[in-house]
Amino acid sequence: MTTQNEGYPLEQFRKTYFEECAELLDALQANLDSLSNGSGDDDTLHAIFRSVHSIKGGAGAFGFDGLVAFSHVFESLLDAMREDKIPATPDVTQLLLRASDALGDIVNAARADRALPADFASDIRSAMQEVLLGASDEADATPIQNETVAAAVDVSGEQRYRIQFTPHSEMLQKANEPLLLVKQLRKLGGLTIEADVSKLPVLNALEPEAAYIGWTFVLETGAPQSAVHEVFEFVEDDCDLKIEMLGNSAGESAEPPPSAAPGATAAIATPANEPAATPAPTPTQSIRVDVDKVDRLVNLVGELVITQAMLTEQGTLLPVDQYPAMLHGIEALAQSARELQESVMAIRAQPVKSVFARMPRVVRDLAATLHKEVRIVTAGEMTEIDKTVIEQLNDPLTHMIRNALDHGIEGPDERAAAGKPRQGTIHLSAAQRSGRIVIEVSDDGRGLNREKVLAKAQDRGLVAPGASLTDEEIDNLIFLPAFSTADVVSNISGRGVGMDVVKRNVQALGGRISVQSRFGHGSKFTLSLPLTLAVVDGMVVSVGKETFILPLTAIIESLRPQPNDIHPVVGRGDVLALRGEYLPLTYLHRCFAIDTLVTDPCQGIVIIVQRDGAGTIGIVVDELLGQQQVVVKSLEANYDAVDGISGATILGNGRVALILDVTHLREIDDGSGGNLKPQRPAQPIEVQEDMTHAA
Amino acid sequence: MQPENQSISTLSQDSLDRAAAGENTEQFITFTLGEEEYGIDIMVVREIKGWTDTTMIPNAPAHVRGVINLRGVIVPIFDLRARFGVGLTVPTSMHVVIIVAAGTRTVGLLVDTVSDIISVDPKAIRPIPEMGLPTEDQYLAGLVAIENRMVTLVSLAGLFGKPADTTRRVANADSPAPKAA
Repeated sequence: MTTQNEGYPLEQFRKTYFEECAELLDALQANLDSLSNGSGDDDTLHAIFRSVHSIKGGAGAFGFDGLVAFSHVFESLLDAMREDKIPATPDVTQLLLRASDALGDIVNAARADRALPADFASDIRSAMQEVLLGASDEADATPIQNETVAAAVDVSGEQRYRIQFTPHSEMLQKANEPLLLVKQLRKLGGLTIEADVSKLPVLNALEPEAAYIGWTFVLETGAPQSAVHEVFEFVEDDCDLKIEMLGNSAGESAEPPPSAAPGATAAIATPANEPAATPAPTPTQSIRVDVDKVDRLVNLVGELVITQAMLTEQGTLLPVDQYPAMLHGIEALAQSARELQESVMAIRAQPVKSVFARMPRVVRDLAATLHKEVRIVTAGEMTEIDKTVIEQLNDPLTHMIRNALDHGIEGPDERAAAGKPRQGTIHLSAAQRSGRIVIEVSDDGRGLNREKVLAKAQDRGLVAPGASLTDEEIDNLIFLPAFSTADVVSNISGRGVGMDVVKRNVQALGGRISVQSRFGHGSKFTLSLPLTLAVVDGMVVSVGKETFILPLTAIIESLRPQPNDIHPVVGRGDVLALRGEYLPLTYLHRCFAIDTLVTDPCQGIVIIVQRDGAGTIGIVVDELLGQQQVVVKSLEANYDAVDGISGATILGNGRVALILDVTHLREIDDGSGGNLKPQRPAQPIEVQEDMTHAA
Repeated sequence: MQPENQSISTLSQDSLDRAAAGENTEQFITFTLGEEEYGIDIMVVREIKGWTDTTMIPNAPAHVRGVINLRGVIVPIFDLRARFGVGLTVPTSMHVVIIVAAGTRTVGLLVDTVSDIISVDPKAIRPIPEMGLPTEDQYLAGLVAIENRMVTLVSLAGLFGKPADTTRRVANADSPAPKAA
């Protein structure tokens, strides 16, 4: 590489390699998980081997020596397992999991150009080597003589194949090892090998990394053709390969098939009495697209939707009988815009698997630190949500898992004493429900001790003494800031950073979190998130001259109350009587200090909303302007978080409208927040004067 | 992110040339608030546009005049007159908003007019005299005399550069990085 121009493609290849690595590592992790929980089969092991092999291959090409060295040992161990020389005992599986973790670290270090300490993962490496040495001597790479090994297969239906295998000269540079192929063939049955050294150059012209030698194998095997074919699946593109059937051991040779084109896959002759070899399943047709391109598309579609909303708005001013085509067009445009938006969002949607796959490691690492025995079971990892949500999911999820391990699951002895299995279980699941994704993290640990929680909350002044709280309210106290039930402040989830951070993280995503718990039996945290952070269905409302958007997901109903439905409660503002319930009313104009003529709920509209963990309230606004799908824009990017506001959007007229966060609406003149004191500091950038903005 | 094209339409090419000619000098865009003239580092200015109506932000300090839609980005507008504690601006269509990059944020400053580009030798910048108002020092970077007018240089970092209150931000869980084995 001399010029920058030439350097560019290499950088591209490198990037692609690491993208593939990430996928391979995910697959590796997933397959190792199924191997360790016993749901794997032979194919699982092959898939695991392939992942490591492919990572090693690329690493060789880019000269990541540390990565090559580590993955080589890893691969050898897996290969020995494929040959059934090493059984997949729990110990070995655990070792593989640790090796996979380390491999991920080494890949990440290579990606970031970070140097790792020289002895990094050396313990895992030597452990793998020990296991290898413990296996039969055959794991050593000894030169293979021309010999025929007795096949361990039933000799009755044996087929003879002649395999001509001529590596392309660069095959070895892709970290392919012919010896491994030979070993695999020998596993299939009796093998006679003949080497073709005719292409060997004179010594001083010999490229040490080039492949010159070809081989002709004659294999007698009862295995199906596909198995013979599979041996070569990794090198197919890097060699000339010809697989001929010579008939069974007793019979004559079958008709030789046409020879394969150079570099092509093997041509296999199929006798009529056998089913055709199944071709390798074609992967789903897919292309890689830069995320930035997709994001730009999403933004453009967002603008389109805004413009379409504006046209729709203007369209209502037109007399229908004079402009039927125009109005019809506007309607069609609205439909197309919506579908376009859904399609674009679908492109950005990814399975939550990418986040879930990281959790077993979190569990393993932490369980080791805490000396607990814990397994994690995941479900629904193919549930798809928007990339924007996926990116934000890792932190809260990690935190919840750590919390379950730290506070929920007991030590093995304590569990045994309580008559539970020594190993705790964490269930992590994802599912789509009514336009949201619901993620549950449950553990079978000790559950929440309500007495302790309440006492602590009263200690810290979070709950008024003598207040009576429902069980649910007590459980949800753990989401208050600076609340930690750990008796010992550990370095895991103590230090006053606890579930309140999770809750804040989740709320920032427009999500809700709640907990259900049975003391002694465990806890279940339920996380509900929007499928995308980019678009919400909103109700457009007005207060005075201002316009706001209320997310539809929070709205239960809206109504215009009768005067005798409204009752003032001393010190608590007004309540609305609705079907025997009394709902507290929040006046939006009071929350935001907006001048409006509509101060009586009976002249305005009351919107009943569900607040996260705080019950239902009625929000009083002047009027409803209609429903609209809005593109969410960040207010925090250039300003700051605002109490009662979750974001902003741009309306059809180009103006900004703020999106309400109903959970954090507070009337300014509302001195009492009930039993739970509001805990949210509110201060925009550089506050010195506490003046309210005169609208 | 905003593109780097600075559409400083109200300024003549001539004054740009003069400004560019000065070596070892810093350029400032000057603007007025009433009779006073202020300067802001030209490097942070992204564009200059006329005043448009804003959307209010509830319960914000008086100098936060609300937010506008700047090509799909939500940008807050700060009333510098109110920020400097000399009353609220009553904006008309003649008023000007200077869009600046304050750190990673894009914000708008509402001022009366934009007047000039000046080149200043850093050595000519005089410190702000002690006025007994501690807040003054935060956003005033210095004084400079230009052709017998006095220009007060404004520091964006002083206006907006305060570390954001971390309790407001969505903090990362304090998960330590996985330890190297």
